[in-house]
Amino acid sequence: MLILDEVSKTYPNGVRALEDVSLQVAAGELLVIIGGSGCGKSTLLRAASGLDTPTEGRVLLDGMLIREPHERIGILFQEPRLLPWLRVAANVGFGLEGRPKAERAQRVAFAIERVGLADKAGVWPRELSGGQAQRVAIARALVTRPSVLLLDEPFSALDAFTRAELQDHLLDLWDEARPILVLVTHDIEEALVLGSRIAIMRSHPGRIAGVINVPLPRPRDRLSPAFEEQKRRVLKLLDSTLHRQPGKAPLHDFQI
Amino acid sequence: MILMTLSSQAVGAQGEVRKPALARFLRPALGLIVPVGIAVAWELSVRLGLSSGRLVPPPSVILSTCADLAATGELQRHAAVTLMRVAAGFGLGVVFGTLIGAMTGYSGLMHRLIDPTLQGLRAIPSIAWVPLFILWFGIFEASKIILIALGVFFPVYLGVMGAVLSVDRKIVEVGRVFRLSGPAMVRRILLPAVMPAYVISLRAGLGLGWMFVVAAEFMGASEGLGFLLTDGQQLGKPAQIVAAIVTFALLGKLSDWIIAAAAAPFLRWEDAFARR
Repeated sequence: MLILDEVSKTYPNGVRALEDVSLQVAAGELLVIIGGSGCGKSTLLRAASGLDTPTEGRVLLDGMLIREPHERIGILFQEPRLLPWLRVAANVGFGLEGRPKAERAQRVAFAIERVGLADKAGVWPRELSGGQAQRVAIARALVTRPSVLLLDEPFSALDAFTRAELQDHLLDLWDEARPILVLVTHDIEEALVLGSRIAIMRSHPGRIAGVINVPLPRPRDRLSPAFEEQKRRVLKLLDSTLHRQPGKAPLHDFQI
Repeated sequence: MILMTLSSQAVGAQGEVRKPALARFLRPALGLIVPVGIAVAWELSVRLGLSSGRLVPPPSVILSTCADLAATGELQRHAAVTLMRVAAGFGLGVVFGTLIGAMTGYSGLMHRLIDPTLQGLRAIPSIAWVPLFILWFGIFEASKIILIALGVFFPVYLGVMGAVLSVDRKIVEVGRVFRLSGPAMVRRILLPAVMPAYVISLRAGLGLGWMFVVAAEFMGASEGLGFLLTDGQQLGKPAQIVAAIVTFALLGKLSDWIIAAAAAPFLRWEDAFARR
């Protein structure tokens, strides 16, 4: 269980990026946080990862206080952030140093195989396409078998075709070990394809305007009428959070 | 046609296409056309009596001078002395440039504390130190080596500091995500990240090292290639001067090539414009 307990973040320049964000994500759950740009969703994810510490509030993973990066928490950024001086296999195995060589090689080979890049193990990052590079980053994040994977708009820099492919791929990978997955996005369709729940964020200061369940069976058909209906529903909720006067509306006004 | 293209381009192990053997040989050879052409033209004009070649000796005279100097062991002795001075000065300059550059790049406090002073010192033309160095360290090896070290220090210092300062924060964060300790962060993230800029600064530093060894040997030396230069001037032996210059060129190029070749295995990952 990953718990964000009244997390607030004020930057040194006085900007209030997050205010009293509380979320609970159970084991095996797939939570999507959606909101417009600048609403504090990346700040929230960084606080959850331990890369930044919240000004107030706490992040707890199975009762442990998270104040810095933890081995059970994996992170995937918007950019692949591969180390350009390491070949693909070495990049994937980056977090495994210190383990026996044979185990490392075996786990790296398996992870690369699972993201479908077995033939690219020996190439340099510069030789990969954007989608391939992000696959390597996924393999690198999953090879340490984290119980939480945090994803900060991981597919937003990719073209629509590659994005859909990687979303399905991520679901397959998630299904194997079922880690807690928290994904931040501004893409409604992505939120509906992936999320078992969707948290909607509002900006200035960043806060959770509401959390909804996604009552769609998996695998989800992006073209089905039910999918369209959910899309309209999320859009409406996002819309209402946009037009509301900041500070006037009650916070959790639609909890389902 | 397709068959020809395929057979002439052997595909390397990493999938990099190797150039055909002929092109690999011919491309560097292009660079030889101008200097060889000039040498041949000058040789011919002296042989044909168009010039006396007394002040600008033709290649054949330079070669025979080189051969004479080499036969007596003079050239080797002078070259070895100069090489030792450059090596010692370069080593000192690199050690201090790297250490202090890494410190001022890594720590904001050290940067604010030390960098302004060093930038101030950098503004002084290094040759201006010569009289003071002679007073301080004498006219023998110490003052020469310190002058060379000073020349090497600044490009290395600037290169290392700039490289550390410009390491991508996002890459450093990857190190944090995998909870690297301080030393591991330096070894696995910072060092490889600064490597390309570091090699460039080493090569720039080496170039200045060769420049300053001449200045150092001008300020009074009884040995060294710089001595051959002043000796050739005083005794009116232009061929000896050119022979020393040619030796400088060869040694400078060779030492630069050694650094480049030694660094090449660490820089194979670079995604550079020049990778053609």
